[in-house]
Amino acid sequence: MTTRAVAGGRRSFARRAVGAQSAVWRLDGVMLVAVAALCVIGTLLVWSSTRTWAPGSTGLVKKHILNLLIGTLLCGAAAMIDHRAMRAYSPLVFLVSLAGLVMVVTPLGATINGSHSWILLGGGFAVQPSEFAKLGLLLIIAMLLAQPAEGSDRPRDLDVVLALVAALLTMGLVMLQPDLGTALVLAVITAAALIIGGVRKRWIALLVLVASAGVFSVFHFQMLEPYQVARFTAFIDPGVDPRGVGYNSTQSLIAIGSGQLFGKGLLGGGQTTGRFVPEQHTDFIFTVAGEEFGFLGSVTIVLLLGVVLLRGLKIARQCDDRFGMLAAGTIVCWFAFQTFVNVGMTIGIMPITGLPLPFVSYGGTATFANLIAVGILQSIRIREQSFD
Amino acid sequence: MTRMRTRLFILHVLVLALLVVLAVRLWQVQVVRGEEFVTKATETRTRAVIVPAVRGQILDSSGRPLVRNQTSLVVSVDRNALLRMKDGGVEVLRKLSTVLNQPVKQLQDRIRPCGPGISKPCWTGSPYQPVPIERKAGTRQALQILERQEEFPGITAEIQSVRQYPGGKAGAQMLGYLGPVTEAELEKREGLKAAFSGVDLAGRDGLEEVYDEVLRGKSGLRRVQVDRMGKAIGVEQQVPSLAGDHLITSIDARLQEVVEGALHKAMKGAPQADGGAAVVLDARTGRVLALASAPSYDPAVWAHGITTTGYKRLLSEESGKPLVSRAINGQFAPGSTFKVSSVAAMLRAGYPLNGTYDCPGSYMVGDRAFNNFRGIGLGTLSLHTALVKSCDTIFYRSAYEQYLRDGGRNPKKNAKEVFANTARAFGFGKPTGVDLPGESSGRIPDRAWKKNMWALTSATNCKRAQTGYPEVTDAARAAFLKLLAQENCAEGFVLRPGDSANFSIGQGDVLVTPLQLARAYAALVSDGKVRSPRIGWARVRPDGTLVERYDVPVVGRLPISEKERLYIKNALSQVPSDGTAAGAFSGFPMDKISIGGKTGTAEVWGKQDTSWFASFAPTGNPRFVVVAMVSQGGMGAQTAAPAVREIYEGIYGIKRQAVLPDGKPAAKLPKFSPDGTVAGG
Repeated sequence: MTTRAVAGGRRSFARRAVGAQSAVWRLDGVMLVAVAALCVIGTLLVWSSTRTWAPGSTGLVKKHILNLLIGTLLCGAAAMIDHRAMRAYSPLVFLVSLAGLVMVVTPLGATINGSHSWILLGGGFAVQPSEFAKLGLLLIIAMLLAQPAEGSDRPRDLDVVLALVAALLTMGLVMLQPDLGTALVLAVITAAALIIGGVRKRWIALLVLVASAGVFSVFHFQMLEPYQVARFTAFIDPGVDPRGVGYNSTQSLIAIGSGQLFGKGLLGGGQTTGRFVPEQHTDFIFTVAGEEFGFLGSVTIVLLLGVVLLRGLKIARQCDDRFGMLAAGTIVCWFAFQTFVNVGMTIGIMPITGLPLPFVSYGGTATFANLIAVGILQSIRIREQSFD
Repeated sequence: MTRMRTRLFILHVLVLALLVVLAVRLWQVQVVRGEEFVTKATETRTRAVIVPAVRGQILDSSGRPLVRNQTSLVVSVDRNALLRMKDGGVEVLRKLSTVLNQPVKQLQDRIRPCGPGISKPCWTGSPYQPVPIERKAGTRQALQILERQEEFPGITAEIQSVRQYPGGKAGAQMLGYLGPVTEAELEKREGLKAAFSGVDLAGRDGLEEVYDEVLRGKSGLRRVQVDRMGKAIGVEQQVPSLAGDHLITSIDARLQEVVEGALHKAMKGAPQADGGAAVVLDARTGRVLALASAPSYDPAVWAHGITTTGYKRLLSEESGKPLVSRAINGQFAPGSTFKVSSVAAMLRAGYPLNGTYDCPGSYMVGDRAFNNFRGIGLGTLSLHTALVKSCDTIFYRSAYEQYLRDGGRNPKKNAKEVFANTARAFGFGKPTGVDLPGESSGRIPDRAWKKNMWALTSATNCKRAQTGYPEVTDAARAAFLKLLAQENCAEGFVLRPGDSANFSIGQGDVLVTPLQLARAYAALVSDGKVRSPRIGWARVRPDGTLVERYDVPVVGRLPISEKERLYIKNALSQVPSDGTAAGAFSGFPMDKISIGGKTGTAEVWGKQDTSWFASFAPTGNPRFVVVAMVSQGGMGAQTAAPAVREIYEGIYGIKRQAVLPDGKPAAKLPKFSPDGTVAGG
């Protein structure tokens, strides 16, 4: 199988590009349609939730569309790069993303909406290096775990340790911002890669133990910010303080629930118009869908995300090389986690965590990272079928 | 690779499971519990704003307004908004205090919610509603607040309608006032209860309270869409308010003015006078034509939100407690005006109507001598003359005889108590049932009452009988009080001979209100029927349509025959010309308008006498009953009778313009033009 993969790599870049027709045939169209649909729905929701206050009413939608266009280009570029080349560049990508995280901690970093996770680029544009860090970590771990030990299909212990070091380093920098949500995504990415990568069960058991100890000590030594603890308290009992910490979950439930089966129609959501749910164009965008498109609309979004996830898993399973399989599987876990936590928090089955909904939420860097990940999935898909 | 595929398969199952969880939960939230969240969304997204109904007016018998409405700018404070500020809103209140020219402390007092231990001034309304703090703000003040909202967060200025009183102080206690409705009251109301609003007012006293339901109307509702910050972004629902009905009363505004003036003058003429009341009834119908109490106050203090000092002043002894209506709450010994009841009691007890009675200067009741006025004997009199000249000893004697017949100090099982029971039949000792709140019942001190009082007071009295009154500096008074305590302790439960004698001439423990006396006289001079007086005459819609006419209920009959009734009436008809009130009515054209009546001078221990005059006119077929009372006013003929004379002069236009030129109270309800205004009013 290695030979096949190498054979694919021998095809010149130029030919692949010129022979677009054949490459297009090999793309996972279903996934792309689902992603495109999510982006369109997301654009509508961003419009609905920002039109009352954004500059010129369409200011944010325009920016969102621009982000999507850039994201599409990045997606295409990622899809065109052979994932084996990508594997070679992984350390570089990882280091660049680490550098970005370090920059955030230095005076170059900026605070937007209370989270110190931005680097301003000027012209109203800003990037959130932690979003790219997801990609960077994902790639480096996939690279490390993709080389099995001699005569085994399990990763080498050294590589596992290196992967963990990379993960802890990234998470540590993210926690400095602090951005608990992203740190959790990084943890999930790491765990997913280790599990998919075939790491021994005792490693996994050890990790579970360490993670539990970590969670315990976080709470025990009060390493969390008070607001983060409050979010968990409010999750367990939203009635605790409906005007304070419980406000977000109460209001988002009201918005979604009041959408009922068919919703109130685009722009027809009173809760959305009244801006009762905070951050309703980013982290809580699902509430807009719930209110304006109803159960049918919100379930459609969940289904479309499900299509992306399941197609991603199919790509992973059909891939012939460990790197592709690992990368694809881990991307799916990342998306799955973010989807479940984001939708879950708006409907009261997960605590409030600052995570955007993939492809739907407003947010430039996240959109880029997500679409690049889709590009990577496509890249893996294109090559895995080269010799079919 | 197989291991990886297996794990990916597990992942596949996991992802599917998570998706199903999300879908199921969405179904639960949006479809199963959808309705519940729609309701909650409506609650959070909208604010119900109560649009208060325009309150109906209170009109006099010709349609002149006694209470009407006027719009004014009202400044309100949202206490919760202030509390959320770092300094508790002190800074904002300080700025407001300069704009409104009210002390900060006063503003703070007025916005705190009333509760246990927090008495007025405080806010009786809901703690979540803005508190109206200035109800007659000037345009400048309102603009200062509205244009600099950033400096006055939580403060609003808006147009509201407030009560206005064209008669000023006239009939203030009778008209009553408005206060913020309490949440408990709102709960009881029918209809819109969407929100508790500080602008909702309820009648707190007088006609405003009794006819609150009539006048209030129905509040409208405006459901306003608001955003997260509470900023209104649109109107979702609007239910217009329904204006309240008008109350037409039998009060004649001009007569009321005359009565107030006469009372005021009488009070001024008696240097010690500390309170007075005057009542004018329509003798034939029992309707109230004027009802005055002095001292009075300007009810506008309520309409514009009462101040700390303003409220204290209304309750202080110094101001004479102008909130109390002496006409229905003033309880005083009636003096000789009470003799109409005693004569009736005598007749019931079998004393002959045409008999002659000895009127000595003094009469021994038990072991104590009871004197006539100034101890002068008047010889042998008929009952007629006994009333005209106001002989006391005749009544002492008959009352004492009846007392003995009932068993004296050791009463028989079924003592008749004819004097007390006749007084009750005249309507004394219980509220008249007039359409005003909180009326006093007066007091008939019979044997049962004595026993009750003794049960309540014997402990204190017996203690005082021992210790005396060391805190009383006046030695004579202290000795008297101690003696009284000893007497009361020993036999306070016994009706003593002196008690019965005092009662017969309206002295001692008997207490009546001016309105009780007036309706007793109305029964006596009209048809013998005791009525429950009424001020409210009719309820009409704002456009003048009659909704309901209020009848004057008959609640009893005088316990005497028609012949006896006319006999007493005739006797009284002579009092102003030949009797005790002759001086007060000298020069009054009795040939044109003959007036009957009875003076009363009731002694009050340690104070000046209570001055009474109960009257009716014209004597032949009476139209009016006029009663005046001045507490600490001296003799009846001296203070009350001249006041009554002035009232008649006003009614009939003697030496001045007549209020009721044809000598008749209004018999028909005022006519309304189609636009709701009163024709000719």
